[in-house]
Amino acid sequence: MTDYRRLAQDGLWSNNMVFAQMLALCPVMAVTSTATNGLGMGLATLFVLLGANMIISTIRHFISPAIRIPVYIVIIATLVTLTDMLINAFAYELYKVLGLFIALIVVNCAILGRAEAFASRNTLWDSIVDSLMMGIGLTWALVMIGGVREVIGSGTLFANAHLLLGAPFAFLEITVIPDYRGFLIMVLPPGGFIAVGFLLVAKRWIDRRGEQRQRRLASEPDSQQHQPSH
Amino acid sequence: MNLALMRERLEYQSLLLGLVVMVTCALLAVAYQWTREPIQQALANDMRQSFSQVLPEHLYDNDLLDYAGQIEAPWGHLTYYQASLAGDISAVVFPMQASGYAGKIDMLVAIKANGELSGVRVLVHQETPGLGDKIEVARDPWITYFTGKSLHNPLPTSWAVKKDGGEFDQFTGATITPRAIVAEIKRALLFFEAEQATLLYPVKLPGETIGVTTQMQGVEKHD
Repeated sequence: MTDYRRLAQDGLWSNNMVFAQMLALCPVMAVTSTATNGLGMGLATLFVLLGANMIISTIRHFISPAIRIPVYIVIIATLVTLTDMLINAFAYELYKVLGLFIALIVVNCAILGRAEAFASRNTLWDSIVDSLMMGIGLTWALVMIGGVREVIGSGTLFANAHLLLGAPFAFLEITVIPDYRGFLIMVLPPGGFIAVGFLLVAKRWIDRRGEQRQRRLASEPDSQQHQPSH
Repeated sequence: MNLALMRERLEYQSLLLGLVVMVTCALLAVAYQWTREPIQQALANDMRQSFSQVLPEHLYDNDLLDYAGQIEAPWGHLTYYQASLAGDISAVVFPMQASGYAGKIDMLVAIKANGELSGVRVLVHQETPGLGDKIEVARDPWITYFTGKSLHNPLPTSWAVKKDGGEFDQFTGATITPRAIVAEIKRALLFFEAEQATLLYPVKLPGETIGVTTQMQGVEKHD
């Protein structure tokens, strides 16, 4: 029986693509100048990851170990190209923002990593769950990084969200700091490194707090057991 | 024979790899056919959208994409588009490419038949955010100050940024970007003056149809 809670926890938090595995940093730094871009890139990657995991886990018994890597790469590259064409054809405004970076998904080693480490040795259903969790984990990480950089760098949040999600989502577009003159470095690539660094610190801090609490909880039952004997 | 044994055989492996590549290629070919039309539509719409930014609505009533002409410019091959109103050519639009601070700046220049600028817009650029990106109309009205200018207003000698003794504003902290754009617009105007007989000659008569691709020079994706 597969432990889905464990899959979810791995993908979303403890084995998060960006904040724990430190993979996918190339597309992460390149696109996350705004929260909307991060969301778009995250969703595009999620789509590719889902497709790759599904196909690979379906045909996993037929693939010889000797040629598995080229097979995975061909499949992933095809999915990325398909995504690129579809966004270009049916979401042109978004393509103008993300277009150059869609191709970067193919060099996102995390996708090959999931194919190799998970989809090639698990059932279709488990691989779907895994890809969704990993993909959502990546998406929220990108939105967080993009959001931090956007608020500090340009004083807005989710600018141009209507290009990605359609006009009904225009309400997401918030000007956090009106008449903000901008903090250039956060929009430029170094800002990506700075934002990722601080978010990593935050995640480690939360993890450590959680560990300490668990240790305290683990020691408390002891003291409670002793009490009745007084 | 069982699968585990077969997987070890070289013939099986080569065949499998070949099969995977064949299937994925077929998929891509189908997807390419399927998305080609919408992609060209999107490009054409984008082009029309750009045209409508450099040309006021009352200046033309034709679809510029159907009125494209080719000419050899001193800097290379150029595709230009004629705007006409009730059959009379009112303006010419063509792409220009300035060398900015951080690479090429793709722009669209529209010049009216009388030599006045109808409008200029920057389409694609990589200038520094917060400094050079004031050339985008969404961030700063600077680029709109060119509307109505010509080689007589100001005179060619004043077609420069103020720092160089010219008439046009530069931005605080960014001189290279506006300087490049002013120079490029001046070049477009000089080219128009020299070649206006050709540029204003109808590329086709009303009612005539010629096949024109929607692939625009200077507006394609750079990678």
